[in-house]
Amino acid sequence: MVLSYQDINAQAGSRWRSLTSGNLPWVRVGSALCGQAAGCEEVLDALESAMERHGVEGNVSHVGCLGLCFAEPLLDVQFPNGPRIFYGNVTPESVNRIVSVHLREGNPVTPLALGFLSNPDAAAGEEPPEGIPDLNLHPMRVLEKRIALRNAGNIDPGDIYQYLAVGGYQALHKALTSMTPEQTLEEVATAGLRGRGGAAFPAATKWRFLSGSNAPVKYILCNCEEGDPGAFNDKAIVESDPHTLVEGILLAGYATGAAHGYIFIRHGHDGPIERAREAVQQAQELGILGNSIFGSDFDFELEVALTGDSYVAGEETALMDAIEGGRAMPRYRPPFPAQVGLFGKPTNINNVKTLSYVPEIISQGGEWFAGIGHEQSTGTAILCLTGDLNYTGMVELPMGVSLKDVLFNVAGGVPGGKDLKLVQTGGPLGGVLGAEDVDLLLDFEVFRNAGAILGSGGIIAADEDTCVVDLTRALIAFCQYESCGKCFPCRMGMSHLLEVLERICRLEGGAEDLALMRNIGENMQAGSLCGHGQLGFNPVSSALKYFGDEFDAHINGRTCPTGRCLASRYSPSQTRR
Amino acid sequence: MDRLRQTITEAVHGQSQPTVTVLSSLLAVQDAIGYIPKEALEEVAAFTGKTVNDIWAVASFYPNFKFEPLCQHTVEVCWGTTCHLVGAMPVMKSVLDTAGLREAGDTPDKFLSVGYNTCLGACSQAPVISVNHRLVGRVSPETAARRVSGLSALPKPEDGHGQ
Ligand SMILES: Cc1cc2nc3c(=O)[nH]c(=O)nc-3n(C[C@H](O)[C@H](O)[C@H](O)COP(=O)(O)O)c2cc1C
Ligand code: SF4
Ligand code: SF4
Ligand code: FES
Ligand code: FES
Repeated sequence: MVLSYQDINAQAGSRWRSLTSGNLPWVRVGSALCGQAAGCEEVLDALESAMERHGVEGNVSHVGCLGLCFAEPLLDVQFPNGPRIFYGNVTPESVNRIVSVHLREGNPVTPLALGFLSNPDAAAGEEPPEGIPDLNLHPMRVLEKRIALRNAGNIDPGDIYQYLAVGGYQALHKALTSMTPEQTLEEVATAGLRGRGGAAFPAATKWRFLSGSNAPVKYILCNCEEGDPGAFNDKAIVESDPHTLVEGILLAGYATGAAHGYIFIRHGHDGPIERAREAVQQAQELGILGNSIFGSDFDFELEVALTGDSYVAGEETALMDAIEGGRAMPRYRPPFPAQVGLFGKPTNINNVKTLSYVPEIISQGGEWFAGIGHEQSTGTAILCLTGDLNYTGMVELPMGVSLKDVLFNVAGGVPGGKDLKLVQTGGPLGGVLGAEDVDLLLDFEVFRNAGAILGSGGIIAADEDTCVVDLTRALIAFCQYESCGKCFPCRMGMSHLLEVLERICRLEGGAEDLALMRNIGENMQAGSLCGHGQLGFNPVSSALKYFGDEFDAHINGRTCPTGRCLASRYSPSQTRR
Repeated sequence: MDRLRQTITEAVHGQSQPTVTVLSSLLAVQDAIGYIPKEALEEVAAFTGKTVNDIWAVASFYPNFKFEPLCQHTVEVCWGTTCHLVGAMPVMKSVLDTAGLREAGDTPDKFLSVGYNTCLGACSQAPVISVNHRLVGRVSPETAARRVSGLSALPKPEDGHGQ
């Protein structure tokens, strides 16, 4: 069934109207990984049976991530043309009340409500619901500027028509009907879009390497490996709005002349995998993937590929080996992927977030995107706020907001009136940043100059009770576990570092141990093939920079100031692998 | 052909995605029966035209592959940075104590397998565990122990519920 673009949109519009202005209430339940962990399945069961018991009808959609993870399980109720009323931390019991009072009688359960979002389609001057705060005034939302996350939590990720109804695939249509590939690429260059997978490399520059090759087969790879503990924004985008990503990949393919793509996800993350597969299939069914897309001469095939558990599989060349079916081990460069990549063909790799910005860049223009953000860091930062914070979740903030604001306003500070001790950003390789230095702007260069990495956007906060030596050991244990083993400075270095840290945690460290670790770290940096080994000393060096006295207390004072490392005498090297 | 071999053959040959590789074939077997027996290495080797050694090289690289039949239940404790900071170790200890295990691994009666995970992807709900691949967030040592002891009441799950 290949419909014209107009027919598809007409269908999408009428389906959307039946959801938002038909005669039934619409209930949206957050069902991303965080929702699942918070118990959304029990909530959905309770919702279904309460609706049946009370004899109320309504449309129920599973939506992805609104970002307010701390309030999961989260659901909202919207009556035709009315505002959305959100209920946070719902339980099967509160669901029952929401159904009997709100859904059946039409009155919001004010004491349970977290906030409301007014209906953008409703007539101006509509009365806000009484006694319920505007959710946009919640600390987690006031500073937000949603581009890649604009649909997250609003639409059903499993329904391509909902994506179309909110303007989806318009950017692709615009590019295919009114822009050349070069113009499309130029727009991304104007936007100043930089990679969100870690290295912050300009996307358009990388795309030019690929578009410059006239090989018959070229690939666009989307990296959703996301092994960084504390980061889940790539998975959340795929779970919340997979079509934004598919559209971004298509635009990248058009701009570079590539006709094949892969989305690469870790086996076991069933939610993102299913959403991605479903999205690809639906796009194929409507002719948005396949041959002569929207009647143009642009063809594109997209597939979801899976890796086994491997952090290093997220490294771009290891990722290609994994798609080819082998061990995920980084390759030597040159040749670079843009010349010899997947299956020996020219290849471009981007992160999920990077690609998810592209549709809005094409719709609204590169200038618009470049006008958001801070200096060379244009656009937004998509952050996962976790650890010792009052509001944990995912936010999309313009670059240039200060990290201090993020921690103490957006995320509501540290619970229990405790002090912040440090933050750990950019994945385990990013190391730690002491609390005295968190007053820096969200900006790739500012972070780099401060010795930290903004990277994938994971921001993990640790309060005053944290033992830095124990945390460092945990970070190095991760790095040791995940070393692919190809080069010995990394493989042996990580094991050796872990051994030394274990002994310091057991209060058996010696005076020479810090110098020994530095020596290992220097060798790793100099002799490792990929970023894992090259950056793998960061957790230790950054911890030593801020908390040298704590290492000293462990080694020379034979005491752990927090008592934490004594409480967990586990050697992960024994228990894992 | 015995039943195990038949299931393996069906899993390997039944892959519907266009790109079929050693890794994708092994994942298909793991999804179907939950582990990679010797027969699967042979089948994947035959299917991809490679040696059993080539297949083993891939299978042994990724720690999600298991080489022995699954226990009835699987519990994973996330030990990613966020979970570690907010109490993964006490949770692990409590899960192990409840299971009667000293270290991560299988109970001798193959009832329960306890393992670590580097990040279950729901860090905002830390500490997170997964019970038979369903996520449970904001656990404490006590609630995690209750989940584990609650497992004995369940009937034996179907073989190879996969991931
Ligand atoms: C050990 C290691 C792990 C990585 N893991 C990821 C990952 O999970 N996701 C990701 O997008 N990039 C990861 N990267 C970075 C990729 O190699 C690559 O730079 C990135 O996907 C490019 O996308 P971007 O230009 O859009 O940022 C990793 C790099 C290294 C060295
Ligand atoms: S000695 Fe080292 S390089 Fe040689 S086979 Fe053993 S592990 Fe590999
Ligand atoms: S640096 Fe480490 S992870 Fe990277 S290729 Fe070498 S051994 Fe593998
Ligand atoms: S509300 Fe989404 S990942 Fe939490
Ligand atoms: S760190 Fe535990 S779920 Fe991510």
